[in-house]
Amino acid sequence: MSRRLRLGVLAAGLLATAALLAAAFLELPAFGGARHPYGDRAVEASLARHTANTVSAVNFDQRAFDTLGEETILFSAVLGTVVLLRQTRGEHREAPEPASVPPALRRYGLAALPVTLLTGLYVIAHGQLSPGGGFQGGVVVATAFHLLYVAVDYRALERVRPVGLYEIGDAAGEAAYVLLGAGGLLAGAAYLANVLPYGTFGTLASGGTVPLLNAAVGLEVSSAVVVLLAHFLRQALEIEGGGERE
Amino acid sequence: MDDVLVTASLLFVAAAATAAVFNRDPARQAVVLSLLGLGLAVAFTVLQAPDVGLSQLGVGSALTPLMILLTVRKVRKVRRTEKGAGSGPGSGGGKRRR
Repeated sequence: MSRRLRLGVLAAGLLATAALLAAAFLELPAFGGARHPYGDRAVEASLARHTANTVSAVNFDQRAFDTLGEETILFSAVLGTVVLLRQTRGEHREAPEPASVPPALRRYGLAALPVTLLTGLYVIAHGQLSPGGGFQGGVVVATAFHLLYVAVDYRALERVRPVGLYEIGDAAGEAAYVLLGAGGLLAGAAYLANVLPYGTFGTLASGGTVPLLNAAVGLEVSSAVVVLLAHFLRQALEIEGGGERE
Repeated sequence: MDDVLVTASLLFVAAAATAAVFNRDPARQAVVLSLLGLGLAVAFTVLQAPDVGLSQLGVGSALTPLMILLTVRKVRKVRRTEKGAGSGPGSGGGKRRR
C-alpha cells in the first residue's frame, strides 16, 4: 500500500467518524435539561434500598454485575503486569542506596501519610453515603503508603509493604466480591441481588450489600495498586541488567 | 456562576491536554498529565459528578503520572547500560541519580 493510498484510507475513516459523531451529537438532549428518565428511576430505586449515594446504588446494587467485570479487568491487568515485569534471566537485583530527602518534604510527607490513609479508609467506608467508594478510596489508601517513598526512601516503603501479603489481599478482594454475589443465590434470589436488610437511611450500615461490596472492592483496589506500583518500582530502582538481548 | 466554573475548567482541560501533546519529554509530560488530571477532576466536580472526579484525582493525577515517571526512569537506565556496554566504560552513564 502506497503512502498516498494509506493517507486516503485514513482521511476517509476520519471523515466518516467525524460525520457520525456530529450526527449523534445533534440528536443528544440539550445540556443541563430537566428531563432525566434514567436518572429519576435510578434515584427512586436507590432511595427504595436506603442508599443515599445513588452512584453507589447503581454501581454496587442495580448494576453490581458490571462492577464485577470492572473489578476483574483491574485484577487481570495487574496479574498481567506482574508476569511481564518479573525478574528475568540475565537480570539481577541491586539494593538502591538510601536517598537524602529535604527535611521539609520529609515532615510534610510523614504528616500527610496518616491523614491520607484515614481519608482513603473513610472514602471506602462511606461509599453508600457520600461520593466515593471502594475504587476511589482504594487508590487513596495505596497512594498513602507511597508517601513513604517520597518522604523517606524506598527501603522504608519496602519495610511496611510486604508485596506477598498485598497479592493475597488482591485475590481475597476479588474472591469476596464473587462470593458476596453467590450469597444472593443462597438466599434464593439472583446472583449479586441485594438480599441483606437495607438498614436506616443515611447511616453507615445502610444499603444492604452495598457497603460490603464496597469493602471488597476497596481491599482489591488498594492491594492491586500497591502490587502494581511495587513491580514498577522494583523495575525502576532494583533490577539491573537485561539490556542485552540473546 | 456554574457556567463560569464549567467554562473555566473546560478551558483549563483543553489547554493542559494541548500542552501534554506538544511536550516532547515524557518526564515533563507526566507532570502536565497530572495537572490535566486535576483539571478534569475539577471539571467533573463542577458538572456534579464528584464520584468520577474522585477517581480522576486518584488515578489521573497521582497513579498514572507516577507509573510514567517510573517507566521513563527504567528506560533511561537500560539505555545508559547499553551505551556504557557498547562504547566502553567512562563514556555513557555519568552520575547515577537515586
